[in-house]
Parts: sequence; structure tokens; C-alpha cells
Amino acid sequence: MAKVLVVDDEPNIVLSLEFLMQQAGFDVVTAEDGESALARVSEGAPDLVLLDISLPGISGFDVLERLRSDPAHSRLPIIMLTAHGREVEREKGMALGADDYITKPFSTQALVGKVKSLLDEAG
Amino acid sequence: MRTDAVVLTVAFGYLALLFVIAAWGDRRAEQGRSLIGSPTVYALSIAVYCTAWTFYGSVGRAAQFGPSFLLIYLGPTLAMLIAPFVIRKMVRIASAQRITSIADFISARYGKSASLGALVAIIALIGITPYIALQLKAITVSHAVLVNYPLAAEASIADESFWADKSFWVALVLAVFIILFGTRHLDASERHEGMVAAIAFESIIKLVAFLSVGIFTLFVMFNGPGDLFARVAATPELAGALSLDAVPGGATGWVGMLVLAMLAFITLPRQFQVMVVENVDERHIKRASWLFPLYLLAINVLVIPIAMAGMLLMSNGTDPDSFVLTLPLSAGLGGLPLLVFIGGLSAATSMVIVETIALSTMVSNQLVMPLLLRSRLLHLGSRGQLAGWLLGIRRVAIVLILLLGYLYHALIGDSYSLVTIGLVSFAAACQFAPAMLIGMYWRGATRDGAGLGLIAGTLIWAWTLLIPGFAQSGWLDAGFLEQGPWGLEWLRPYALFGLDTLDIYSHSLLWSLSANVGLLVGISLFSRQTPLEQTQAALFTEAMHPGLVQTTLWQGKTTRGELRALLDRYLGAGATARVFAGGPAASVSTAEPPPRDDQPASSALIARAEQALSGALGNASARVLINSLVRGEALDMESILSILDTTSETLEVNRRLEQKSSELARASEELRAANERLRELDRLKDEFVAMVSHELRTPLTSIRAFAEILRDSHALPEEKRVHFLDVVVLESQRLSRLIEEILDLARLESGRLTLEPQRLDLVALARHSVDAVHRLQENRGVVLEVAIEVDRAQVIGDPDRLEQVIINLLDNAGKFADHDAPRVRLRLYRHKTHYRLAVEDNGPGIAEDERERVFEKFHQIQRPGESADKTRGRPRGSGLGLPISRGIIAHLGGRLWVENASFLGGACLVMELPEAPSISSEEAQQE
Repeated sequence: MAKVLVVDDEPNIVLSLEFLMQQAGFDVVTAEDGESALARVSEGAPDLVLLDISLPGISGFDVLERLRSDPAHSRLPIIMLTAHGREVEREKGMALGADDYITKPFSTQALVGKVKSLLDEAG
Repeated sequence: MRTDAVVLTVAFGYLALLFVIAAWGDRRAEQGRSLIGSPTVYALSIAVYCTAWTFYGSVGRAAQFGPSFLLIYLGPTLAMLIAPFVIRKMVRIASAQRITSIADFISARYGKSASLGALVAIIALIGITPYIALQLKAITVSHAVLVNYPLAAEASIADESFWADKSFWVALVLAVFIILFGTRHLDASERHEGMVAAIAFESIIKLVAFLSVGIFTLFVMFNGPGDLFARVAATPELAGALSLDAVPGGATGWVGMLVLAMLAFITLPRQFQVMVVENVDERHIKRASWLFPLYLLAINVLVIPIAMAGMLLMSNGTDPDSFVLTLPLSAGLGGLPLLVFIGGLSAATSMVIVETIALSTMVSNQLVMPLLLRSRLLHLGSRGQLAGWLLGIRRVAIVLILLLGYLYHALIGDSYSLVTIGLVSFAAACQFAPAMLIGMYWRGATRDGAGLGLIAGTLIWAWTLLIPGFAQSGWLDAGFLEQGPWGLEWLRPYALFGLDTLDIYSHSLLWSLSANVGLLVGISLFSRQTPLEQTQAALFTEAMHPGLVQTTLWQGKTTRGELRALLDRYLGAGATARVFAGGPAASVSTAEPPPRDDQPASSALIARAEQALSGALGNASARVLINSLVRGEALDMESILSILDTTSETLEVNRRLEQKSSELARASEELRAANERLRELDRLKDEFVAMVSHELRTPLTSIRAFAEILRDSHALPEEKRVHFLDVVVLESQRLSRLIEEILDLARLESGRLTLEPQRLDLVALARHSVDAVHRLQENRGVVLEVAIEVDRAQVIGDPDRLEQVIINLLDNAGKFADHDAPRVRLRLYRHKTHYRLAVEDNGPGIAEDERERVFEKFHQIQRPGESADKTRGRPRGSGLGLPISRGIIAHLGGRLWVENASFLGGACLVMELPEAPSISSEEAQQE
């Protein structure tokens, strides 16, 4: 069973994502900031990461950058979640190697669809 | 008929008439219908030469020394013969150079030398003062004779105090009259048309008066000339007295006197004034060259008959200088003596008026103004101010000159006859002749030569004529006249180097002019002219052919650096560089190093600089600026006036431009700052909008996610469904609270926040707020301590808003308090004239550098080390509570800040409000 890491500092958003991923049939681990996100990844490699950008401490961009700079996780599917709708941020996320970029509030079905398709691609 | 009152009335009436004529002449000149546009008037004005000395003194001199007096008039006659050449050239030069006086003329010839001008002015002042004294004496004596006849009438001055001395009052009256007459307004050309008209009128009066006496004597007292000469021939001692042998010094005395009179006629300041400065048309000189000698002939033809008659008829004790008056008086006439007195008065006043005006012009233009301008004591802003100063200086000068004349009269007057005093002045004026005449014809005459010649000539004049005069008057020990100073016989004033065969005037003239001319020529041959002097010399000598003269080159007395700085300031660096690059220097081989800035600027470079400046500022200002660098050059008054005109205009324009440009600079600086502020505000607004959108999206995200989950998941357990619905409700509340806060903030920032301030008790409000949050805090397990240390805390505030702030503080404290055993403490206390409400917690506290940032919008305090579990279920702040609270407190005149918690060790937020002013209970009730 594929494992999804949910990273967000909003408890209710984590709650909803956790429920959605479990319902879609994935294992879920959660983190509420950048440091603990990196810790979860090193504890047991997830198959996909839902990563919020504005996090206390190190930001989502930082987490993305660090993961991508590690060869072990260079192909790990990562979907950025952000409440910032600005185009520059999207471009920055994509440039840093995010696989997708989803703006809050999002459609739950679209999100689940994306996660599934990315996991299928990764095989 | 001859009472003092009548005489005074007639005299003042005559002065008033003169004034009317002068005013009329000025008016006509302003209207362009000049009274003096006639050669006859010009010739009559030159007759100012005939002073009281002529009127009374000629007869006196004829009685003492025979026909020698005629030499005083033959000299001018000779001068007038050459006037079409010499005087015309002077007039031509004076009008081209805008000459105002003889001092100005000589100064201009020698490179506009200020020192030379000042020297001439001083010599004129010293030399002419005796002459003015002479006129005062003539007026006083003639008045005394007229009033006291037949008593001996010589006014004795020495034993009277000055206020009893009539000549003192005569001097003062004349001073006032001349001030009214000659300084009514300032004419830059120094022309006084009204004055010239009045002088011409006076010339007629004195001629008519004199001829009347002569005709009366010849045809009434005697039966015509035949009768008179027959009676003289019958008196042996008289016959010899009137022969040519009576001239002192014999034949050389003749020549000396002739030269003296001829030169003085041209160089006396008043003659220069009427002949050169006041000349309105150089064609007038032609008629004057014969009309003026004719006038001299007319006024002299009856001198000898009157002198003979006086000597025949008057007792031995009668002063021959007053024969003109005493003859008709002895005949018992009333009207004729009065006419004679007026004639003498007109002769005296015309001289004093013109001489004093000429001297005062020299004093102001050559002595005082250059000093004032040089010492920069004068900060003249306008031509009007300058005119005021000039007029003031001239008025003071007029009074001083006349007082000086009076002083000389009082000290020396008694011991010299009229003629003697006059000749002393003549000899002084002659000293100007070499510098002036040689300078007009010999281009090589230099300033140094002219100056040293003038000084030497004047010193010799003073030693041989002026000082002996003081000695003979008893003011000095007269011994040195006989033995020479310190026993040096060759220095005897009347027999310098043992030359004792001449009369004192010829003697003085010979030595002083020899020294003067010798030094002028000798030193000129060995000294160099400055370029400006060369130009001026050429302009003077070639005045009749001005086309031959090259343009001015400046004397290079400044350095390249100074010149560069000057140009830089007015033209800018680019134009300055072009001026310096231009000219022949640029084409010189590049191997030669360029001249350094401390090297003197070449005159060609200065000329280029002047040209460049002229283009920007106008000629006159450019000249002033260059002059300010080049230094050492006197400016004539006209130049200063026109410079002031243009410079003050330029300065005004510059000042306005400067003002405008500084206004522009300020405006553009303000614009730039405003623009920056706008950009900053724009950036902040963008940021704010981004943050608002971020903050709104967050609860929306949860709401939408759970709403969709609830919609799509049909088989949700009841417990989960309720939980999710709760989240939706909570997040919706959060969303509305956020919107409310954003609106509050917007109102606060735009100043539209409506507060309803009223007197309230903070104690009650604090308790009420604590009650409001108590339940919630208890639910979260927060221990809330309350320490209210005052009974009442009267402040002015909006109770709802204040409660909002206190609740916000308590709420925040609860959130940031220690997670496991959260404690919050509210303390209300008095601090000086304020009440403070402090809310502290036992959380981690706020780092020093974070303490101000917590009041920034959307600032989220980091809570390191807290796991997601711990924060779960605890709603996050919007980051707007503290900014809003601070805004509200600031609106109420208080402060809100963060400090260390003194009891619980965490963060402590302190709110401070001023105590409300105390009021009576009655007023409190009204509120």
C-alpha cells in the first residue's frame, strides 16, 4: 500500500487530507512543519508528499529543495499545496522540481485524482 | 537804503532768483528743451572764471602792481585761442569716457587708477580751499563795507568767536543753498543744466554791475577818460605805479603769471566742470573761443580807470580791493553800491557753487565711494540705494568743503590779499596740467610718472606757497622763510636752491612744474603701462581718431585657477573647458605640459573669459566679475551705476531662478518621497492583499474539503460526521472573525474607525472581560489570576473596543501560555498619571527582536518545539489581533507594548491609558 506524507501546519487541513488519503486507500503520515516533514521522510520513505508552502520554521520550498538535492528522493512525487495563488510561486515550485502545484481551497476529487495518477506514473 | 536788513533781503532775494533759474533750467532739460543749448550760454558759463577776485581784486591788484592783473586774463585768452584743439579734445574724451571731474579724467587716462584719482581729489581739495575762503572773505568784507561805510570796514576775524563771524554764516548759508542747488537729484552724467543756466545769468549780473561802476566813475565822477588820465598824469606817484615795471619779478614774472593763469584756466576744477563736463555740444567751443575773451576784455577794460580814480579820490587807509564799492559810496549813492554788492555776490557765489559741486563730486566718486565699495561696507542692492548714498556723501562733502574754506579764511584770511589767495590756488591747480595735457598727447605717459610728478609738484607747491602763507599769518614761526628749515638756506620756501630773483608765484611754479614734468616724463620712460593703461592712453591720445584704437585687454593679475572657478560657477564645467581650451594655447605642441592652475592667466584668456561671461550675464556684470578677480582697478561712477543696474537685475533674476530651482528641487524631492511612500504603500497593500487572501483561503480550504467529504462520503460514521461538521462551523466562524478584523484594520488605517470615547472605570471593564473569557480559558485548562491593585481607574475610552482589546490580550496569553500547565495573570495598576493593564503568561516569551514585530499585520508568533498534536484543535490567530489592539489604544491616547513577564516568566503585554481628568461628581453624572 502506497504511503502518503501530508505536511501542513493547519490541523484541520491535515485532518481533511488524512481522511481523503485514507479513504483513497493509502497509508498516511503527517507533519506540521518542515523539520518534522524531513524527519518523516528519512524514517520511512513515503511514495508521495503533499507539501504546504507556508510552514513554521523552514518553508515548503526549503523542504522541496532539500528532498530534490538528495538523489534518494529526486524522483519522489511531490505535490505543492499553497494558499498563495500567485503565479511566481507556482513557477518557483515547478522550477524547484515539484510534480504539481495545487492552490487552496482545492477540489478534493481533483486532488485525489492527481495523487493517484502520480503514484501510477511512478509505478 | 543800506541797512543790514535791506542788504540781507536783497542778497537772499538774489539767491532765491538763482534757485528759480536753476530749477527752471532743470525742468527745461527734463522736457528736452534745454536752456543751455546755446554757445553764448556756454561762453557765459565759462566766465565763472571771473570770481570775486576779479570783481574786487583786479582793481586792488591794479592799484598795487599796475596792469599785471591783466595777465590773469591774458592767460585764459591764450588758452581759448587753442581751445578748438585742446578743449575740444578734452570734451571728446570726457563724453566718450563719461568723465565726471578732472580727477576722474586723470584717473581714466592712467588706466582708471583709483589711487591717482584719489590723489587728484585730495590735491584739489587742499589747493582750492583757499580759493573758496577768498570768496567767503569777499562776501563778508563787501557786506561790511556796504553796511559800515564810511567807517573803516575791514572785517577783523581774529578777535571774534566764530558765531559772531559773518563769514561762518555765509559759509553755512551757501552750503545749504548749494545742497538745494546741486544735489537735488543725481544725474549719472554729472551734468547740471540748471546750474549752468544760473551761472551764465550770474556772469551777466557781475559784468553789468562792474561796468556800471566803471561808467559811473568815468563819466559821473570824472568827465570821461581824458579827464581821469590828465589828473593821474598830474600825480607823479600814481603815474609810475601804473607802468609795466610794477609787475613783480619783471619780465620773468610776466611769463610766470601768464603760464599760471593759462594752465589754471584749464585745470581748475570749476573750469573743467563748466568747459568739459557741462559741455552739451562741442561746437559751442568755437564761439566761446572768441566770446569768452571778449567778456574778459569787457570786465577788465575799466579796471585801471577805477583803480586810478580810487587812488586819486580815496584816502590812503582805504583797501584798494574795495574801491569798486567805496567809490560809489563816497559819491553818496544808495542803489549803485547795492548793485555792486550783488555783482560781487554773484561773482563769489557762482565760483563757490561750481567749485563745491565739482569738489564734492570728486570727494564722493574718487575718495569715498571707492573706499566704501572696496571695503565692502556698502551692500548696495539697487541703483536707488547707491544714488541715496552718493547724494548723502556729496551733501556732507559740500558742508565740509565750505567749512574747510571758512577755516582757512579764519586762520589765514587776514594776512593775504584776495589776489594772493587766488594765485596760491591757481598754482595748486596747475599741478594737474602735466598729467592731463601731456597725457592727452603723449601715449607713453605712465601712471607712476603722473602720480609721482603730481606728488612732487604738490609738495613743492605746499612748501613754497601754502606753508609760508600759514607762517605769514603767524601760525608758524616765520623764521624759516628767511633762514630755511634747520638752517638749510637752499630750502628757503621763497628761494629754493638759492633762486631768489623771481616773484613767489613764478618761483613756486617754476620749481613745482619742473619737478612735476620732469618726474612725469622721466619715470614714464622707465616704467611700464598695464594693458588697460595702454588702451586708455590710446583712447585719450587718439580721441579724435577713435577708429585707430584697439579693444581692451585685461591685465593678467589673476590665476588660471581663480578664473576657472569663476567661470565654473556661472557657465558650468563644459563651457569653462571650452574657454580654456580655445585660443592659441591649444595649438601648441602637446609635448609641452598644460599650464597649471596657479599660473597667471594670460590677458587673452581673461578676454575670452569676459566674452564668455558677457554672453551669459551681459557686458557690465561680466566686467564686474572679471574685475573682482583682476583687482586693483577703479571704476568710474557711471560704470558702477550701470553695473549696479544690470547686476541687480541679473542678481534678481538669478535669485528668482535659484528660488525656482530650489522650489523645483524641493518639489521633486517631495514627489520622489511621495512616490517612494506610494510604492511602499502599494507594496504593503499587495502584501496585505496576499496575506488576506492567504488567511481567507486557509479556513476556506478546510470548509470546502470537509463539505466535499461530507457530500461524497455516504457511509461516514456519525461521530466523524459530527466532528467534520463542527470543523466546518468553527472554520466558518474563524472566517467571519477574520473578515471582521480585516474591516476593523481597514477602518483603523483609514481613520474611519468609530470610537465612542467616554469616561469609564477600567477596573469594572477588566473584571467584565475576565468574566467573558473565563469559561473558555477554564475549558482549555488555563489558570487565570487577577490582581487589580486599584479601586477605581477612571479613563477615557470606548468600552466595547477596550473590552475587545483586553479579551484579545487574555486570549493570546492563553494560547501562548505553557501547554501543560497554562497560566495567565491579569494585573491592573497605577503608574504615575496612567493606568496599566498587564497580561502575562508562563509560555516561552517573546524574543527581544520579535517584540515590535508582533504588532505587524499577519505576523505569526513562532512556537518552536510544539508538536502538531499539541496545537491541534487550537484555533490559530489571524495575526491581526495585536495590530488592531494597538491601533485602538493609540486612538485612545495610550500605548501597548511587550515586556518581560515579571511574575510568570513568559510574555507580558502592557496596555497603558492616561488617567481621565478628575471632574466633580455632578459633571460625572451629566456624562
